[in-house]
Amino acid sequence: MNKRFSAILQFMLFLAMGYAVQMAMDAGMINRYYSHVMTVMAIFVVGAVSLNLINGICGQFSLGHAGFMAVGAYTSAIITKNPDLILPAMFTGNVRFVLATLLGGMMAAFVGFLVGLPSLRLRGDYLAIVTLGFGEIIRILLLNWDFVGGASGYFGLVRHTNFFAAFLLSLITITIIRNFIDSSHGRACISIREDEIAAETMGVPTTRYKVIAFVIASFFAGTAGSMMAHLTQMVTPASFTFILSIELLLMVVLGGLGSITGSIGAAIFLTYAAEALRAFRAYRMILYSLLLIFIMLFRPKGLLGTQELSYGLLKESFKLRARWQRKKKDGITASAE
Amino acid sequence: MAVLETTDLTIRFGGLTAVSKFNISLEEGELVGLIGPNGAGKTTAFNMLTGVYQPSEGAITFCDAALCSAVKALQPFQITRRGIARTFQNIRLFKELSVLDNVKIAYHQNVKYGLLSAFLHTARYQAEEVEIEEKALELLKIFALDTKKAEKAKNLPYGEQRRLEVARALATNPKLLLLDEPAAGMNPQETQQLMDLINFIRKQFSLTILLIEHDMALVMGVCERIYVLDYGKVIAHGTPAEIRRNPKVIEAYLGEESASA
Repeated sequence: MNKRFSAILQFMLFLAMGYAVQMAMDAGMINRYYSHVMTVMAIFVVGAVSLNLINGICGQFSLGHAGFMAVGAYTSAIITKNPDLILPAMFTGNVRFVLATLLGGMMAAFVGFLVGLPSLRLRGDYLAIVTLGFGEIIRILLLNWDFVGGASGYFGLVRHTNFFAAFLLSLITITIIRNFIDSSHGRACISIREDEIAAETMGVPTTRYKVIAFVIASFFAGTAGSMMAHLTQMVTPASFTFILSIELLLMVVLGGLGSITGSIGAAIFLTYAAEALRAFRAYRMILYSLLLIFIMLFRPKGLLGTQELSYGLLKESFKLRARWQRKKKDGITASAE
Repeated sequence: MAVLETTDLTIRFGGLTAVSKFNISLEEGELVGLIGPNGAGKTTAFNMLTGVYQPSEGAITFCDAALCSAVKALQPFQITRRGIARTFQNIRLFKELSVLDNVKIAYHQNVKYGLLSAFLHTARYQAEEVEIEEKALELLKIFALDTKKAEKAKNLPYGEQRRLEVARALATNPKLLLLDEPAAGMNPQETQQLMDLINFIRKQFSLTILLIEHDMALVMGVCERIYVLDYGKVIAHGTPAEIRRNPKVIEAYLGEESASA
């Protein structure tokens, strides 16, 4: 009971922090450019953490996350732009946006279910190819759908997303996915990553749990897409290309497959890096590829591996460092003698 | 009452018949050995019993219910839920997970709380997780692994990894336990400890056990009945004393000449 109380307290604390930042933004203490970048960071945290559930926790290799974000973005954009389509007209403004975001997530989850059910029986590279193909199919479909503007995109959305909304979404995503991992259902997913045959023999219905992980991740990808759409006030098929999936994958791999805190850190860092290197935008893919190669060569587990960054881990590493320094000092005095 | 019964179990990989007309029957509480030269099809037989392979022909009946017949075949996880657990010849632990988590995963099938409880860590989640943890620790204590509960499975010494695999299999609460070469790679002293352990868990958990083993001291020491498999066929079965004298078995293991000599 105590544990639960402190978890709620922690959640509230973070929420208050996010709200304080939002107030600072409204008061003009943080300029609009930084506000925008921070909001994008929060959205990418949602994308990376949810992708980590498939790639890191469940051990399946998906390259179609941009596709799910697109489904969520377009679904919610259609709902907020057409006041009497899908949702009744009585819902307006921010309420309509929140509901649209939820529906966008659900739509993405549904599509994730349809894609996942047949394809999650595949392993490794095959799954990667199928999900990659799925992402492209979604993009091409949207490109040719005149109702949502085709190639030129769907314009004139209201800017519903602010930092607090994106921050709240990322907080909810992190909490739910972390709680999921720390449950028997989550352990079932991890056991699939560790050894699929053994998991099956221990009574874990592996296909079902792969689909569950896929659907949860798709849902959050969809909500992230909705946030993004209502931040940039438009959606175009060009913003959901294969490159976006690669960017998200890079965040997951850089942070460490299976580490939620790693994904959060990497999402923030890479979003920042993309902004800082805006002048070299054309070379972005080269940089990403190089970064991936270097991670694979020097730190294939990612920065954090499967570990989570926590107070305990920090304390432990400081202790180690102190011991190491003491040893070094002893070594110096010993050699002096 | 026969716990497990197979009729004419056959599996073909392309043109190769790995196991043909495998008939075996286990009574409740028995400890039966399955032996045979390398490549005889022992592990393949295990894989059919646990649903990893679908047999080409034949049927498996477990506690009077069909696990596998011409019309339907259960998935491995369904078979585990019915009460057959196994260990693997080449240890298949969840290597990166702690000893405790390895056992907890085997309790997953009994978990009643749903995804929503998992997302929100409700009171129901808390209660069931505490229960799982207690049960897992209790089991680890029997196997003298409770002091290493936080250790990663891959960091355990070999003998303890074997023990953990048995513990994990028992956590699924089986009626029938299939052990695939449990003593492989163990020294004589460890093998002796393993024999004691097998006898102990058999009584403690009222299990029926079928084990594959190459260590004849162990097989002859603990098994009540033995089936001998060679080239995918059962060539003999009987008590250890009968098997030891059986000319067909001697031929399969040592060759024809020494049998006639």
